[in-house]
Amino acid sequence: MTIAPEQLGNYLEIFDNLQKHSAAHDPGWLRSLREDALVRFNEAGFPTTRDEDWRFTNVSVLAQIPFRMAASEHPAVSARQIELYDMAGSVCQMVFINGRFAPQLSRLNNLPAGLEVCSLAEAVARDEEGVKLHLGRHANTRRDAFVALNAALWEDGAYIHIRKSALIEQPVHLLYLSVGEDEAIMTHPRTLIVAEAGSEAAVVEDCVSLGDDVAFSNAVTELVAGDGAVVSHCMIERENDRSFNISTLRTQQGRAANVASHSILLGGSLVRNNVHPVLAGEGAECLINGLFIGAGHQHLDNYMLVEHASPNGSSRQFYNGILDGQAHGVFHGRIIVHKDAQKTDAKQTNRNLLLSDDARIDTKPQLEIHADDVKCTHGATIGQIDENALFYLRSRGLDEVHARKALLEAFAGECVGRIQQSAVRSFVENLLQDRLIGIAHATPGAPLEATGDETRQHWEEVG
Amino acid sequence: MSLLEIKDLHATVEGHEILKGVNLTINAGEVHSIMGPNGSGKSTLAQVLARRDTYKVTSGEIWFRGKDLLEMKPEVAACEGIFMAFQYPVEIPGIGNAYFLRAAMNAMRKYRGEDELDAMDFLPLFRERLNLLEMDEKLMSRSVNEGFSGGEKKRNEILQMAMLEPKLAILDETDSGLDIDALRIVAKGINALRSPDRAMLLVTHYQRLLDYIVPDFVHVLVDGQIVRSGGPELALELEEQGYGWAEAETGQGLPA
Repeated sequence: MTIAPEQLGNYLEIFDNLQKHSAAHDPGWLRSLREDALVRFNEAGFPTTRDEDWRFTNVSVLAQIPFRMAASEHPAVSARQIELYDMAGSVCQMVFINGRFAPQLSRLNNLPAGLEVCSLAEAVARDEEGVKLHLGRHANTRRDAFVALNAALWEDGAYIHIRKSALIEQPVHLLYLSVGEDEAIMTHPRTLIVAEAGSEAAVVEDCVSLGDDVAFSNAVTELVAGDGAVVSHCMIERENDRSFNISTLRTQQGRAANVASHSILLGGSLVRNNVHPVLAGEGAECLINGLFIGAGHQHLDNYMLVEHASPNGSSRQFYNGILDGQAHGVFHGRIIVHKDAQKTDAKQTNRNLLLSDDARIDTKPQLEIHADDVKCTHGATIGQIDENALFYLRSRGLDEVHARKALLEAFAGECVGRIQQSAVRSFVENLLQDRLIGIAHATPGAPLEATGDETRQHWEEVG
Repeated sequence: MSLLEIKDLHATVEGHEILKGVNLTINAGEVHSIMGPNGSGKSTLAQVLARRDTYKVTSGEIWFRGKDLLEMKPEVAACEGIFMAFQYPVEIPGIGNAYFLRAAMNAMRKYRGEDELDAMDFLPLFRERLNLLEMDEKLMSRSVNEGFSGGEKKRNEILQMAMLEPKLAILDETDSGLDIDALRIVAKGINALRSPDRAMLLVTHYQRLLDYIVPDFVHVLVDGQIVRSGGPELALELEEQGYGWAEAETGQGLPA
C-alpha cells in the first residue's frame, strides 16, 4: 500500500487549489520545485514498513485519512490563550496557526542587529537572496515522500537570517499551533534558517495543539550554517495525543560550523522526527541530542542520518527514551562516512527506560563507512528504573511518586543538560516537570520483585 | 514505651526463611550492636526495619514509637524516624547530593507539618555536618555517591544521618571495607549523634567498630535468632572465640 487512489486525487486537488490561491504568485523557480516535488510524491506515495527507513513505523493511517488544508481564515485565537506557551527569554516569537503566520499574535519588534525574521511567504515575495539560494536546495524530495509533500504543499513558515558574525544570544521561538476544525486538517510548515559565516543563534520550533482534534503536521526545516557558524535548533513536540507529526531537519554545515539539534518529543500520537545533518565543510561538528517520552499508545520514531562528507568532522548522537504504557519508541541512527571524510569521529548512544511490560523500543544503529581512517562507535542500552536507587530515595523520606520522578528527571536530565542556551534549557526543564510527574504517577507500584535487575543490550563497535 | 519492639519476627527472602523468631527491644538513648556470622540474618533484619519489600515478613510484630512499623512504606518509616545506613550505598547519577539531602529533609518536614527549608536555612547546618565528617563540599555538587570511594560513600551515609536526625539509626555494616582513618571519622560522626532521644543499632561482623563506639548492649544473631545478649564485653568474647560456640549452642552449622 502506498497511497489509496482516492487520496491521491485529494492531494492533487489540494495542490491545484494551492497553485490558484496562496501559491499563485510564486516565482518560476519555486513553482517548478513544487511541481517536481508533487511528481515525486505521486510516484513514491507514503512509505511502507517494507522501506528500511520506515521499518518500525507504519504510516498507512495517514494515507487513509482525507486530510484537508485548514480554512483560509484563522480560527479565533486570543493572545491570552497562547500566553501559556510563551517562552521566557526569547528574542522574538512567531506564531503560526494551522501553518499560517499570525502576525497579530507574534512579537517581532526590536530585533537585534544582524537578525532578520519574517514569514517565509513574505521572504519569497521579497525575493530574498537567502531564499533563492537555499530554499528547497537541501531537503531531499527524492529520498523522502514527506519532504516531497511538504515541498509541494507548504503555505508558510519562518525565514530566519543571521548575518555574518552576528551573535544572537536569545533564542528565536517559533510556535506552531494546531487548532482543530471540523475536518481532519494538515499543515506543512516550512522553515529556512540561514546563518552566515561566524554567526551564532538558537531557534526553537515548538508544536502545540489547542483542543483535542486530529491534525497532521508535516514540517521541513532547512538549516544552513556557514563557515564557523554556531547554531542550535530545538524541536519540541507537545501536541495532543491524536496528532500526527512528521518533521525533518536538514542541516548543511560549512567548514568548522557547529550545529546542535535537540529533539524533545513529549506529545503526539504518531510522531516521526528526522534529523539529517550533512557535514559538508572540513572540521564541522554536530551534536544530535534527543529525548523522547511516551505513554499510552504513543509512537515516537527518531530517525537520524548523519552524513560526513569532509575530513575531520565530528558528530555526537545521544538519545534517551522513556516509555510507559504501550508506547513504542524507535531510535534509528544512520551514519554515513563518505570516501573523503577521513579522520571522522562519530559517536552514537541510545539509552532507554522501559517502565512497563508492554512498552517497546526498537533501536537500530547503522554505520556505512567508505573512508578508511575514521572512528565510529555506537551503543544502546535498555533498562528499567533502578529499584535499588528507588528504595534508596524512599528510605530517605521521598514518596514513591517523587522518588520515581527524581530518577526519571535524572535520566532525562542527561539530554536536557546538553542544551547550552539557558533560556531553552529552562523552557524544556519546565515542560518536563509536568510530563514526568504524569509518568511517575501513572506507574505506581511497578514490579518490585524484579526478574533480573536490568535487561541490557550493549554493543560497542569501532570500525 | 520502648522506641522499638520486635516480637517473634519471621522473614523470608525469595522464599527462604532468614529470620526465625527475633525478639528485641530498644529504648531511646541506647546503642545496641547486632553481631553474627555471615548469613545469620543481620542485614535482613536491617532491611526489614527500613521496610524494603523484597524482604517478606511472614509473622511477628514490630512496634516503632507505638506504631505498627509493618504497616509503613519505606518513606513513612523514614519520616517517622527510621534511618538505615546502607551496607552498599547506591550511586544515583543525575541527582546532586546537596539537592537530594534537602529534598529528603523537606519531605520529612512536610510529613511533620513543618515549613520547607530554603537554601539559607539548609546551608549552615549542612556545612557544620560536612565538617564533622571531614568531607569536601565539592563532593556535594556531584551526583549521589557517583564516583565516590568506598570510604566516601560510608561517610556520606553518616552525613545523611546527621542531617536527617533520625530517632533510630540502623548502621548496616558501616565499618566494612573502611581503613582505619575512615573508620575513625565515621565513628566520630556516629558518636557525635548519640543522644538521649536517639537509639542506634549497629549491625556488624567485627568488634573493630565497637572499639570506637561502645554499645550498651550486644546481641548475637545466629541462624535467624538472637542466641545471646549481653554488655560490651560480649563483643570482645566473640572476637576471641569466634561464633563457633554460639552455633554449637543452637546446633546450627555455619550456613554455606
